[in-house]
Amino acid sequence: MNKLNFLKPNKENLNTYLYIGSFLFFIAVLDVFLGSFFQINITSFLPNFVGFILPLILGVVGLHLIRIEFSGIPKLDLLNKNINTNTFNAVLTLLIIFVVIKSIPPLMSWFIIDANIAGDTKEACTGSGACWTYIKIWLRRFIYGMYPNELQWRINISFFLLIALAFVGLIPSKKLKKFLTLYYVIIYPIIAFILIYYLISGGAFGLEWVETGAWGGLSLTFIVSFFCLIFCFPVGMFLALGRRSALPTVRYISVGFIEFWRGVPLITVLFMSSVMFPMFLPEDFFMDKLVRVIIAISLFEAAYVAEVIRGGLQALPRGQYDAAKSLGMGYWKMHIFVILPQALKLVIPGIANTFLALVKDTPLIFVVGLLEIVGMLNLAKTNPKWLGFAMEGYVFAAIIFWIICYAMSKYSYNLELKYKTER
Amino acid sequence: MNVKVKKIVPQLITLVVVILIFGFFTYNAQINMDNRGIEFGYGFLKQESSFDVQFSLIEYDGSHSYARAYLVGLLNTLLVAFLGIIISTIIGVVVGIARLSPNYLIERSAAFYVEFFRNIPLLLQIFFWYFAALRALPLPQDSEAMFGVFYLTIKGFFMPRFIWENLDVLFYSIIAVIISIILIRNYAKKLQENEGKQLPVFSISIGLFIVLPLLTFLFAGVSLSFELPVLHQLSTTSFVYKGGLGIPPELIALTLALALYTATFIAECVRAGIQGISKGQKEAAASIGLTPNQVLKLVIMPQALRIIIPPTTNQYLNLTKNSSLAAAIAYPDLVLVFAGTALMQTGRAIEIVSITMFTYLSISLSISLLMNWYNKKIAIKEK
Repeated sequence: MNKLNFLKPNKENLNTYLYIGSFLFFIAVLDVFLGSFFQINITSFLPNFVGFILPLILGVVGLHLIRIEFSGIPKLDLLNKNINTNTFNAVLTLLIIFVVIKSIPPLMSWFIIDANIAGDTKEACTGSGACWTYIKIWLRRFIYGMYPNELQWRINISFFLLIALAFVGLIPSKKLKKFLTLYYVIIYPIIAFILIYYLISGGAFGLEWVETGAWGGLSLTFIVSFFCLIFCFPVGMFLALGRRSALPTVRYISVGFIEFWRGVPLITVLFMSSVMFPMFLPEDFFMDKLVRVIIAISLFEAAYVAEVIRGGLQALPRGQYDAAKSLGMGYWKMHIFVILPQALKLVIPGIANTFLALVKDTPLIFVVGLLEIVGMLNLAKTNPKWLGFAMEGYVFAAIIFWIICYAMSKYSYNLELKYKTER
Repeated sequence: MNVKVKKIVPQLITLVVVILIFGFFTYNAQINMDNRGIEFGYGFLKQESSFDVQFSLIEYDGSHSYARAYLVGLLNTLLVAFLGIIISTIIGVVVGIARLSPNYLIERSAAFYVEFFRNIPLLLQIFFWYFAALRALPLPQDSEAMFGVFYLTIKGFFMPRFIWENLDVLFYSIIAVIISIILIRNYAKKLQENEGKQLPVFSISIGLFIVLPLLTFLFAGVSLSFELPVLHQLSTTSFVYKGGLGIPPELIALTLALALYTATFIAECVRAGIQGISKGQKEAAASIGLTPNQVLKLVIMPQALRIIIPPTTNQYLNLTKNSSLAAAIAYPDLVLVFAGTALMQTGRAIEIVSITMFTYLSISLSISLLMNWYNKKIAIKEK
């Protein structure tokens, strides 16, 4: 036991241990770094396996030697506390550091160093890395689908107007504040519908008609998510109220409806909308594919929204209901002026999460033949002139979706924090 | 009187509206089907399906009925869901615990994993694994063996197949082992409550689990041999592995994507569950002299599980429903085989879509009933 004691780092020989330990750790990291970035193997004189495992052993010994409790050096203490509490943690720390060092060069070379972006044919991609030329050439298709190039300004303008109109609520005016809910729930959706119908679809005011089959790409993702959000919210609200209703018939119908949609996968709902729903309509009645899809996704998401809102309704204390009733309010008055404003405020983060799931579900509309960005990627990938660039396409779409979804989830998290403190 | 009317009228209106909508749909469906000369009914299930399925757990070919095709699809769906649930639980629990690690680097890596995989649509991930990542694997003739017997190629993963003899005896012995382990556990619990003695239940169980099946090999004629995958040449440039157990790339891609995606949500459930236990519990347990392992096993986990299980069940349900995305990469699951191929052939949209939906609905409802029962069992019993 005594023999081992000199290996146990202590405060007396602090500097010695510190120097030896950090030297060993430095050598270990340097070995991996050189091997990964410059393909220099400084341990080539050793057998293969030993050379492979050596950095880990050196690193663990090094970290062991600098693991000195209460060393009096704040930075060392912080380091030990965070990444070097025991041998197991030290091994994991080293493994993570090595994996990061090992994975940087190949990623860098694929994304930037060996990648190509110049030119406009497949032949321009000579490097071994990514072929961003492919993305560059197909970018319009990925964003606008098959929408005619010269008409794409219509999509841009309508999106720009919609975003601008969404900020009306920020105008600080007390007179208008009363109408804000009305604006967002009824007027704004109508404006949005008119914009999309007349500007993107065309067919009136001398604008050329573009059928919905030509819509696609990222703009279609936005259109579908936007309309589904607008429609699923009121439906979900009524379902939530229905599920909490005192009237048995209303309650059972709501429960049945909600559980049905929550129990089936979205892909079967879309199948239903495309092959089964037309059977349920009168023969001469034609409904556009996009409209059917939007209705289907809205009903599907409404069931999830309903459950979120129900959570908010249940979280309100009973006193709120009793107080409203004692003021002589009826069912609708009570809900509109007392219950819903409070309940909805509680569930904003939950709604945001549902909406996030909705955005991530939109690529599924490929099953009915509508091609948003992932669908366009699959189409472009099979183009004989551009075979073999599946990876670039998926990475591109993944980056776009990641940015959108990450921003939304961070936003909903912030909302959650904000409303948590207010109550 | 007034109150009664107020209660009955809205119900009546709702009921009438719902019945009217259903009636309208049924009426139209009737007319549409009459026009197309289709008669509503499930008789077609007995007809010969005459299409093949790439991957099937049970014996199936074109001469079997549509009902059998349905069963093939259902089993494939359940297989993916089962594999996905197991793998995602393992990853999810590890990552969830890692997110609470005092080690800064481990915590950040786990957080990176969660944020990365959670915010990319599942369909995109499935496409990525199937069309981009797995396509980079070597062709069968170029693949090198892992551990001598496993081959990972562009056409799937090939491994030795187990060939059992007298498998039923082994099954019986395993059932006997499980029953005796339960009995021993109950006995050990009683012993501890009455006399304060602790039996090494875990080592006894492991011992039983090894010894009894081993005995069947020695005395009951159970034997195991392997059939290795062998490379066959079809033509000058085309090679395949025959024999052994082949796992198609669709299944690998789908399971991988589902597991990695769902694991992020399970990790968050696990993290929330462990964080939900107050620090006092841990300190109290430590102060009565329990070891760190015992603290985790006897105090933290039983309480954390109560918080973890309901949302995790939801994730299992989501995984099962998401497995229907298999249709996108042509893995023959319920949606592809039944709601895809069978529907195309028979044109019976209403029957087939309703059966498919009903199947998913019953899977969902039965898992959630099972989990509700379990949840009730482990819920805090207040005296």
